Amino acid sequence: MRNIFLFIRRYITFLTFLLLQIFALLILFNYNRYHHAVGLGLAHEATGKLNTQIDKLDDYFHQGQENRRVHKLNDSLMNLLSRNYYYPDTSVRNVVDTLMTDTLKAVRKYRWRAAKVVYNTVNAEQNYMQLDRGSKYGIRDDMAVISSDLAVVGVVVNVSPNFSQVMSLLNTRNSVSSAHKKSGSTGKVEWDGKDPRFVQLKGIPQNIDVKIGDTIITSKYSYNFPPGLMVGTIAEAINDPATGFYTIKVKTAADFTSLQQVFIVENLLREEQLQLERETQIKLEQQKTRRR
Amino acid sequence: MNSLLKNIFRLIIFLVIQVYVLNKIPHLHRFIIPYLYFLFLLWLPFSLPRLGLLIIGFFYGLVLDYLTMTPGLHAAACLLIAYARPFIIHLLIPKDTTEFNYSEPSPKALGWPAYTVYIFILTLLHHTYLMLLQLLEVGNFLDFIIKIAATTGVSMLLIFTVELLFPRKLRFRTNTAS
Repeated sequence: MRNIFLFIRRYITFLTFLLLQIFALLILFNYNRYHHAVGLGLAHEATGKLNTQIDKLDDYFHQGQENRRVHKLNDSLMNLLSRNYYYPDTSVRNVVDTLMTDTLKAVRKYRWRAAKVVYNTVNAEQNYMQLDRGSKYGIRDDMAVISSDLAVVGVVVNVSPNFSQVMSLLNTRNSVSSAHKKSGSTGKVEWDGKDPRFVQLKGIPQNIDVKIGDTIITSKYSYNFPPGLMVGTIAEAINDPATGFYTIKVKTAADFTSLQQVFIVENLLREEQLQLERETQIKLEQQKTRRR
Repeated sequence: MNSLLKNIFRLIIFLVIQVYVLNKIPHLHRFIIPYLYFLFLLWLPFSLPRLGLLIIGFFYGLVLDYLTMTPGLHAAACLLIAYARPFIIHLLIPKDTTEFNYSEPSPKALGWPAYTVYIFILTLLHHTYLMLLQLLEVGNFLDFIIKIAATTGVSMLLIFTVELLFPRKLRFRTNTAS
């Protein structure tokens, strides 16, 4: 017993080092898997307040770009207004088939909320950003984040009462279901951690005609992102003869270095979609066992 | 100035510079990631006990981690250099800590060659461990080697710039005065 105490006293520095090192690695790997770490909620509240203050200063440097983006979005929305259209032919008659559904009552699928980026990096391999809206404002995990010119930015991974943390598209662990707009062929957009201006699109088969400059949008199969939002444009397409798929370099539509205002998009039917998927899995398993 | 007050002031300056300036500079190249924050640990006084050094290193890294949203990453690397620091100092100057003429490591206290070696070894150690932890996430061995070399180079450059731009005024301590 005495020897144990002597041992501890002799090697106290090394033991402390070992203990703290294990603790640090534990936080790190636990965080890498689930995006939740010890005391992160509390830390978010503190860092969020600080970031909000410093971001106020930072805003002045990106005001011009932000203005142009907002103006562009306003422009596209103005063009949708009904007063821009007129109906020259009175013989056109809208027939509403009321048999199956009540068309007057639309079902809302996506809800948009405005938020502000308070901290953002592009230089790391795992880039995260912090927004000034949290669970108090109805933000939850897995909501989509869209820039002010409607380009894909990332996904919410963690929330505290007043702030939320977003896994940027420029994060090697992020993956967004996307489609080639012209052909409708779907694939996945991921980042290789190298150049923050480009992301990689995988899973487009080689029989599809892909040209430089083609638009890549979010696919209809994504549970987080509304369909048809801009991801980027093709900068380079490489034929990979081994797999039969293209490896496509996509220039991101969002400018990650000057993000200010963003939208957080909630898919109101997400739970239902996920539940259906889970139940389908269970059903398939049951059928498999029955057939045996 | 009081040593404690001076170090607290330094801690805040280094954290702010790292988080709000160096992490936010426009992307130059994927291998060039400027790290300077760990210089705070290299500048801590000689007189600190090793256990205290470890605890300061760990919590300093952890604060940076929570600011940059990478919990545990920098804490682990800082802890390593905090642990290795006394060994390197004793390797370079095999003297008792009480016999130092200056209160903290600086080009003046150690002399430029020894100070360069001291900075280089700890920078390399810090970056190697940091990149190793990131390598586990996305593995590419060649990238790993180049990244260590490049970031160490950038950090060394930054540290020397800081040393030349802001020479620290350290008082010469004689045995009689202390």
